Amino acid sequence: MKTQGKVCGIISNIVIARAEGAVAQNEICYVYCGDTRMMAEVIKVIGEDAYVQVYDSTRGLKIGDRVEFEGHMLEATLAPGLLSKNYDGLQNDLAKMDGLFIDRGSITEPLDFNAVWEFTPLAKVGDKVSAASWLGQVQEQWIAHKIMVPFIMTGNYTVKSIVAAGSYKVTDTIAVLADVDGNEYNVTMVQKWPVKQAVRCYTEKPRPSKVMETGVRAIDTFNPLAEGGTGFIPGPFGAGKTVLQHAISKQAEADVIIIVACGERANEVVEIFKEFPELVDPRTGHKLMERTIIICNTSNMPVAAREASVYTGMTIGEYYRSMGLRVLVMADSTSRWAQALREMSNRLEELPGQDAFPMDLSAIISNFYARAGLVKLTNGKTGSVTFLGTVSPAGGNLKEPVTESTKKAARCFYALSQGRADSKRYPAIDPLDSYSKYLEYPEVEQYLGEKIEKGWVELVRKGKTIVQRGKEANDQINILGDDGVPVDYHERFWKSELIDFVVLQQDAFDDIDANCPMERQQMMYKMVLDICDYDFDFVDFNECSKFFKGLINLFRQMNYSEWKSEKFYDYQKQIEEYVASAK
Amino acid sequence: MTTRAFQKIYTKIDNITKATVTLRATGVGNDELATVGGKLAQVVKIMGENVTLQVFAGTEGLATNSEVVFHGEPPKLKVSDNLAGRFFNAYGEPLEGGEQLEGEAREIGGPTVNPFKRLQPSELIATGIAGIDLNNTLVTGQKIPFFADPDQPYNAVMANVALRAKADKIILGGMGLTNDDFLYFKQVFENAGALDRIVSFVNTTENPPVERLLVPDMALTAAEYFAVDKGEKVLVLLTDMTLYADALAIVSNRMDQIPSKDSMPGSLYSDLAKIYEKAVQLPNGGSITIIAVTTLSGGDITHAIPDNTGYITEGQLFLRNDSDTGKVIIDPFRSLSRLKQLVIGKKTREDHPQVMNACVRLYADAANAKTKLENGFDLSDYDERALKFAHDYSEKLLAIDVNIDITEMLDTAWELFAEYFTKEEVAIKAELIAKYWKA
Repeated sequence: MKTQGKVCGIISNIVIARAEGAVAQNEICYVYCGDTRMMAEVIKVIGEDAYVQVYDSTRGLKIGDRVEFEGHMLEATLAPGLLSKNYDGLQNDLAKMDGLFIDRGSITEPLDFNAVWEFTPLAKVGDKVSAASWLGQVQEQWIAHKIMVPFIMTGNYTVKSIVAAGSYKVTDTIAVLADVDGNEYNVTMVQKWPVKQAVRCYTEKPRPSKVMETGVRAIDTFNPLAEGGTGFIPGPFGAGKTVLQHAISKQAEADVIIIVACGERANEVVEIFKEFPELVDPRTGHKLMERTIIICNTSNMPVAAREASVYTGMTIGEYYRSMGLRVLVMADSTSRWAQALREMSNRLEELPGQDAFPMDLSAIISNFYARAGLVKLTNGKTGSVTFLGTVSPAGGNLKEPVTESTKKAARCFYALSQGRADSKRYPAIDPLDSYSKYLEYPEVEQYLGEKIEKGWVELVRKGKTIVQRGKEANDQINILGDDGVPVDYHERFWKSELIDFVVLQQDAFDDIDANCPMERQQMMYKMVLDICDYDFDFVDFNECSKFFKGLINLFRQMNYSEWKSEKFYDYQKQIEEYVASAK
Repeated sequence: MTTRAFQKIYTKIDNITKATVTLRATGVGNDELATVGGKLAQVVKIMGENVTLQVFAGTEGLATNSEVVFHGEPPKLKVSDNLAGRFFNAYGEPLEGGEQLEGEAREIGGPTVNPFKRLQPSELIATGIAGIDLNNTLVTGQKIPFFADPDQPYNAVMANVALRAKADKIILGGMGLTNDDFLYFKQVFENAGALDRIVSFVNTTENPPVERLLVPDMALTAAEYFAVDKGEKVLVLLTDMTLYADALAIVSNRMDQIPSKDSMPGSLYSDLAKIYEKAVQLPNGGSITIIAVTTLSGGDITHAIPDNTGYITEGQLFLRNDSDTGKVIIDPFRSLSRLKQLVIGKKTREDHPQVMNACVRLYADAANAKTKLENGFDLSDYDERALKFAHDYSEKLLAIDVNIDITEMLDTAWELFAEYFTKEEVAIKAELIAKYWKA
């Protein structure tokens, strides 16, 4: 019997419900406004009064309206058939909704429960299993989707029976498990998991040791993101956060990509809806949409569901990780999620922290980032969730609570700078402020040494030093004037410009330049470093800048040319001759 | 407002603040309208029997025994084709004292368009202003504000853009508009013979500020009628959104909410997003494009209002006085149209993206040269040329009084390149140089 309640107060989307029985913190309930049934979550209980945040507009709601408590927290439905879906923050399938507008209380099934899947058993009768053990698999798009022991089943079980290979619906029983006391449990292909709890069905969480290629030079070459790592991209509006995130979602070396559009523009999501079904992943030859799940709570959708959206995305990510896959979860933007927390906290009249954000903001953010990671599964295989969030700092000021809290939690920091964006140096990732802590990991250094070339991390540090020295030289030039400093300074400055224009800058809208594979990055980077190694003997600063401008132009043409094409090698030759002539 | 038979009348108000009244009442719905002593009010909070109402026109003169009548419904607008050519106040009542509207009454501030049902905006809006068309191309279904200081001619630019945009309907939402500006809009539209395409909802500085909160929702409800029901291309002009946000702050303050940055309510982002996200390209061919004005204080875009706006809208058009040419220009550095990538080089000539970027890069070089000059350093030959280029670029392309088509803008840019730079300095793809360089 579900606990019933009645509305006794309404403040915007917070409703106070007087409960006639037990209620739990974070329990889901439904608020009835006429015929409309709206989902809500308990966020505070005082005596008999449950404060619930409604995931919808409370317009027209009256005192005395019915509330029904569900007895469970907000859950994600996990089963084959999630890939390529477009969900809202509460996992309603947006494609299944009728009508142009999303009416209040619209609820649609996240799955097609009538679909039939070809099941192949992996476990056999008598096997000892526990939560997340693989029982069998079905082919979902081109991924071998593992059917697992539900995550909520703690303890050890024995497989009593398992169905033979064949066609089944997700709701069909595919195995019967027995616990140590002999109690039997039916297992289907679908399970539920409360989104706000981390899935912990793994044996250990080792430090990340591999790098996830993104095709973006400023990331892969200069500040690589580890597989199973975390990173964030803060930047003022117009600095190119979304373009960068889209580029990564298209190009990243991952098996499953989950894009959480959290309180952002609908037209940007539409871009993904329209483009991804057309685009092909160059690594696998499959359509991008086949490996993508979109969770979309645009800025005008209910605020409370915005908070839920990031958790829903992360939970689905953890589910696919348990199958031994590499998952990339991206959230744009986590600031909107923090603002949703602020709005709630404000309506609950909690004492505010800095900038009116809730006091526990920092803890909430680090808990969330901690759910990402590389894990060793119970069967010895590995899986990973890499998380990349954007932050939209108020006024572009990085000293605000969300940026500062995230900085403590995330290992990679890709600071987008207004200055670079103003001069159209995209991606506007600041080469000096940004960092990747993974470059300091010996295991990552070893991995890069084997994968790219020996001593690669040393080369990266060298490039960073050149950029740093170039900036210092430029500061001097600006203070003392072109003539006031030795020609050396100009050479130093222009060498850093060379790295900037050829390696750091990249045209996300050019078909060829947009995605730069590691092999190509290595070649271009080393060409540039070789030139930086040489001490030129320029007569004056005019000669110096003229030489480098010409050189940069040739390199840019090379970046726009197809990899290993005739044109590409032709530009390489031109560059070699051009440099030789100056020596 | 006529009283209906079933309506309960209350005559005992418990609390009165500057903007709200609280009384004991039952059977009241959230967001419902009411009349308090003849003034329009809306339910903002219900706690058991205690109902708090926000009185739009302020509570001056209300007494504890003033009559309170609940309407049983949220604010609505009667929509029909007869909206066209009319001027209304913030409540949707005719301004010129004309006939009351007939039509279907629709709740304002209605639900969201399912993002999955939207189309990607793809139709270019040509304005003839090169600072917009060349550098920051607009597309139907886009939402974009002008960021301008109060002394800049943003309303005039906006009226120009509206008239050149070839929209089926133009909906003006005026918030805190001075009477002079209101009359200016009226006159410009009348002179252009466009009055029958215009619907206006206006709150002038003479009206109570809190009333403004209804204006964007009224304007957008009318816009949705024409775009969704009639498949028309609708352009919505909202001026000035800073004054709208100020009204939000007033209400939130009177409701004892904890302010966040710059005394603005913590929900500012969501409040603004609800309005701007109504911009949409619909599958039936209809569209809502929103062009707004956000006035700044001394060009400061880090203030909470422009800052939150920038994160919501698809770019911003930044007006600036250019001291070199004495003209108001659209600042190429700080302006941005996020949707331009959908049309430039596709709906316009292939060289558009590269020409646009090269211009801005060279203009940035000129800005550096200017800094050098101001610091008393010698300029190189390149610096001199960059400065000359910047002057011509500003005058011939960035100034808001330019009115030419996009191909002409691109040709002008190529002429300037050839006049002041070498091919290498312009650094555009070799194929485009070969095709378009003006020898």
